[in-house]
Amino acid sequence: MSANTKNGDQGTKEDGAMSVLSFLDRSHTVAKPGFSRWMVPPAALCVHLCIGQAYAFSVFNLPMTKLIGITQSTPNDWKLTELGWIFSIAIFFLGVSSAVFGRWVEEGGPRRAMFTAALCWAGGFFISAIGVYAHTLWLIYIGYGFIGGIALGIGYISPVSTLIKWFPDRPGMATGMAIMGFGGGAFIAAPLSVWLMSKFNTATHIGVAETFIVLGCVYFVFMMIGAIIVRVPAPGWKPAGYTPPVQAQKLITKNDVFVYDALKTPQFWLIWWVLCLNVTAGIGVLGQASAMAQEMFPGHITPVAAAGFVGLMSLFNMGGRFFWASTSDYIGRKNTYFVFMVLGFVLYCLVPYTGAVGSVAGFVCAFLIIISMYGGGFSTVPAYLKDMFGTRYVGAIHGLLLTAWSMAGIFGPVLVNYIRQYNVEHGVPKAQAYNTTMYIMAGLLVIGFICNLLVKAVADRYHMKANDPRAHDTVAARA
Amino acid sequence: MATAKQAEGTTTIQLVLAWGFVGIPLVLGVLQTLINAMKLFQ
Repeated sequence: MSANTKNGDQGTKEDGAMSVLSFLDRSHTVAKPGFSRWMVPPAALCVHLCIGQAYAFSVFNLPMTKLIGITQSTPNDWKLTELGWIFSIAIFFLGVSSAVFGRWVEEGGPRRAMFTAALCWAGGFFISAIGVYAHTLWLIYIGYGFIGGIALGIGYISPVSTLIKWFPDRPGMATGMAIMGFGGGAFIAAPLSVWLMSKFNTATHIGVAETFIVLGCVYFVFMMIGAIIVRVPAPGWKPAGYTPPVQAQKLITKNDVFVYDALKTPQFWLIWWVLCLNVTAGIGVLGQASAMAQEMFPGHITPVAAAGFVGLMSLFNMGGRFFWASTSDYIGRKNTYFVFMVLGFVLYCLVPYTGAVGSVAGFVCAFLIIISMYGGGFSTVPAYLKDMFGTRYVGAIHGLLLTAWSMAGIFGPVLVNYIRQYNVEHGVPKAQAYNTTMYIMAGLLVIGFICNLLVKAVADRYHMKANDPRAHDTVAARA
Repeated sequence: MATAKQAEGTTTIQLVLAWGFVGIPLVLGVLQTLINAMKLFQ
């Protein structure tokens, strides 16, 4: 009796665990009739707003240099240079994990991916909190950098293909909304983190660890709500009144390319370079905007005004993600990137001139437009990939493409910092020390323009056939 | 059957709640950033 009961209990527990796991399956996320597709963007935003916290991680840097000294840094406290690696490791693993887990995300569906991202994101914060308590930096490298970086990669690509499938009429706008959330996450995270630290802060203790724990809990709940809401459309579903264009469009395929076959196409690598160069140009100035504004306009832009300028740039980074991706639905992806490259080239060439004539307004306007196109580059690329490689593996292909971001994250800041340093050491006045960098950025965009120009439709031999055995798993999963 | 389908459909309240859940924190954050950004023009 007792053995039977035990076996029964065990069976019930296993059944329960299985039902929880099956809840995450793609087959359990297929939308029933009557489900509104407008529920999916908020689900995607639940994840992207949370992982967008990464852009606000710098608010912890200064407090973490005073964990022992409390009021000021002591020799045993962590240095800013050591702490700077946390963000770099996280962004590196964003690119790596999105490339490695892209196919897993695509085939398992958005709910499983969002759940995994929520676990890793919250887990990363909890491990980092232990790292702060124990004053062990490598635990934060592993927690926020490695595990959090994996959450960033999986979370970033998790809703992309789902949104494209729900909005075949406006794929740019749909992915723009989600990726806008990644840019906007910092607006919530920065004030929330500062407020939490002020609540946990005492005369003998800086409340970074407690803030990490609270953030981990809040983000887990927020992301899980997204995972519960998200649905994939039923096979063959189309929006009411939508008829796919009958006339074939040269740069919008109706076929699918297998994820790893995409790597064999020149189109993938051309778009990879387009993204890499566009991001390199933007990310370098984004990180140095405050110092650059003050050094180019000494006496005109104060540190407080420069901080305001950085905030404004973040807003344009976020707004550009929605604006440019939505615009690409009307003017086409290739043309949108042409705008980025041509307008970016003109604006980068104009920046030294605005410094020479002392036009703060011209400088600010130029950089706000540049940074909107930096954000736009991220949000338009999923729809560009969908046009080139079809919808089936677009999330996984997007994951592979994000390695361009990791590369740009290294090159952009290095270009700006080292060229400025070189110029200053060779007697160039600080106000003109960025001029060479601006012309180099403009040059990078010329290369990006050529790469974009060379993008043509993918050759037929790369398209998946109806009886392609590699499609079997996905089709079974969808069914 | 029709009743079951209606029960599965998304209501306006669900849409408002979902968008409000993500929209309100985002708008508050954007407003806070805008207030700080105004220092650029002072």
